[in-house]
Amino acid sequence: MKTNRAVRTPGGLSVRLDVRALVVVLLLLLAAFGASVLLIGTGDFPISAGDVVRTLLGGGDPGQDFIVNELRLPRVLVALLVGACLGLGGALFQAVSRNPLGSPDILGLGQGATAGALTVIVLFSGSANQVTAGALVGGLVTGLAIYLLAWKQGVHGYRLVLVGIGMSAILTAVNGYLLTVSDIVDAARSVVWMTGSLSGRDWEQVWPLLALCAVLVPLVLGNARALRMMEMGDDVAGALGVRVERVRALLMVSAVLLTATATAAAGPVSFVALTAPQLARRLTRSPGPNLLPSLCMGATLLVVADWSSQRLFGADQMPVGVVTGVVGGVYLLWLLVSERRAGRI
Amino acid sequence: MSGTAKKNTKRSTVNRLSAENVTLAYDQRVIAEQLSVEIPDNSFTVIVGPNACGKSTLLRALSRMLRPSRGRVLLDGQAIQSMPAKKVARTLGLLPQSSVAPDGITVGDLVGRGRYPHQGILRQWSTEDERVVQESMRQTGVAELADRYVDELSGGQRQRVWIAMALAQQTPLLLLDEPTTYLDIQHQIDVLDLCAELHETQGRTLVAVLHDLNHAARYATHLIALKGGRVIAEGAPNDIVTAELVEEVFGLRCQIIEDPETGTPLVVPAARKARTAAR
Repeated sequence: MKTNRAVRTPGGLSVRLDVRALVVVLLLLLAAFGASVLLIGTGDFPISAGDVVRTLLGGGDPGQDFIVNELRLPRVLVALLVGACLGLGGALFQAVSRNPLGSPDILGLGQGATAGALTVIVLFSGSANQVTAGALVGGLVTGLAIYLLAWKQGVHGYRLVLVGIGMSAILTAVNGYLLTVSDIVDAARSVVWMTGSLSGRDWEQVWPLLALCAVLVPLVLGNARALRMMEMGDDVAGALGVRVERVRALLMVSAVLLTATATAAAGPVSFVALTAPQLARRLTRSPGPNLLPSLCMGATLLVVADWSSQRLFGADQMPVGVVTGVVGGVYLLWLLVSERRAGRI
Repeated sequence: MSGTAKKNTKRSTVNRLSAENVTLAYDQRVIAEQLSVEIPDNSFTVIVGPNACGKSTLLRALSRMLRPSRGRVLLDGQAIQSMPAKKVARTLGLLPQSSVAPDGITVGDLVGRGRYPHQGILRQWSTEDERVVQESMRQTGVAELADRYVDELSGGQRQRVWIAMALAQQTPLLLLDEPTTYLDIQHQIDVLDLCAELHETQGRTLVAVLHDLNHAARYATHLIALKGGRVIAEGAPNDIVTAELVEEVFGLRCQIIEDPETGTPLVVPAARKARTAAR
C-alpha cells in the first residue's frame, strides 16, 4: 500500500502506479542499456563506450558503423529480446502455476525445442533457418503436451512440475538418442546449439522476435490485473469476475510462444526464465506477477551474462548458456534449500 | 431496484437468486439431480446437511463456479452462466473455502483487490474504491491492520480480512462457503456475528454453508436442509428444526430444546446409551 500511488484525472480515469516497481524497471532498463553499450564495444576490435553511443546515434566513421550497426547491434538486440521473452514467459508460467519451480526450464520446454532442432540437424541436415523452425515446432508441441497432461481443470502445486520433469526426462532421452546416431559434424553443431549461444546473430533473427514481442507483450500486460486476481486461487478470481479458464489459456499460449521463439532464436539459454521473475520480485518487494520487471530483468540478465562470458573467456569462446547455466544452477539450489526451510517442499 | 418490492415475499414471486432443476456433477460423479432452491431476498440463508450431501456443491453452482450439467441458476431472472462475468461479480460475492493470500501482501492491498469488478484498465483506483476499502475494513474491524502482512495474522483475523475483501466488492448478495472452518469457538461466533450484522444493518442477502447445526439454527433466518442432493426441509429454523428432521437428515437421535439465549432450536444429541440401545 505504501508504495502504491493512484494517479487520477478529472474525467474519472485513474491509474495505479507501484512507485518502487517503476523505479526498478527504470534502473533495469538503464542497466540493460549500459551493458548493451559495453557488449557492443567488446570484441576483437574494442570500441569505447562513447564511440558506441555516437555510432548508434548515426555518427562515427564507416568502419565503426559497420562493426556496431551491422555486426554487433543485432546480436545485442537478439540478446535483449530473447532475455525479455524468457523473463516474461517465466513470470507467466510461475504466476499461473503459483510455483517458482513452474518455469519453462524445469518443464522441459527447452528440451522440447532442442529435440525439434536436433531432429532437423541430425535427420535432415537442415539449414540454420530450418533448425530455428524445428526448435519452434518442438517447443510449441511440448507446451501443448504439457498443457494437455497437466492443465485440465487448473494446475495445483507440484502437479505441473512433476509432469514437466517427466516430459524433460523423456525428451532428454530422445536428444541423447539423436546425438548418438549423428555423425561428428552434426553432433558438434548440435552441441553448440544445445548450450544456447548468441554468436553470429544478425538482423534476420531480430525482426521475428521484435514482431512477436510487439504483439504479445501488450496482450499479456493487458491481462496482468486478471492474473493478479488469479494468485488468490481460481475461486476467488472467478468470484471477482475473472474468466479464469480463458485468461489462463491465453496467457499460457503466450508464454509458450514467447519461450519457444526465444529458444529457437538463441538455443535453450538455461535458467533465465527461472531466475528473472524471482530476482525481479525480490527487488520490487511487491506481490503479484511482476510481469514488466521480470521482462526487464530477463533482458538485463542475458546481456550481462553475454558480456561477462566475452570478458572472461574472450570473444565467442564461451556460449552465453554456460554462464546463465552456472549462475542459474546455483540460484536453483539456493531456492530448493530455502523452499525446504520454509517447509514448502 | 427490483429487490425492495419483493421484501418478505418468500416463495410468491421470483427471488433474485435461485437454482432451477439443476443437475450438479464433478466429471461423471453426480452430486445432485433436479435440485431446485430459492434464496429468499434479504434473508440470511444457511445450508446444512451431512458431509458430502452437496451443500458446498450447491453453493458453487449458485455462485457460477460450477456449471450445472442440466438446469440453470438464475440471477435477477437471467441464466447466470450467460451473464458477463464482471456484471455478476458486482451483484454476487463469494467467499470460497480455498483462498490463497499471495506472499507478502498487506491487508489493505488484499481488501483492495475486492474492487476488481468495479475497475477497468483506465479506471484502476478511484476515490470511490479507496472509500469502500476503508469502509469494508472498518466494518470488519481490520482497519488498524491495514499495513500488516496477511501471513502474520491469526486465523480469525485472516478470515475477517477475506470477508472485508468480499465486502469491498459491494454486492447485494454474498455467499460464504463454511466461513467458520478451522476457527476456534470464539472466532466462529465472531465471524457469525459479523455476518448477522451485515445482514441486519445493510439488508444484504447472505447465503452460508455451515457445519454446526446449532450455529445455523441460531443465526439463520432461512434454513435449507440437504441430504443426498435433495432438499429435505426449508424454512425458518423455529418452524423446521425438529428431532425427526435431524434424525432424517443427519441420522442422529436427539432432543430439541429451546436455546436459553436466543429462543432458537438447540440440538442436544441423545446419550450414547440411549442411541446404542435403540440400534
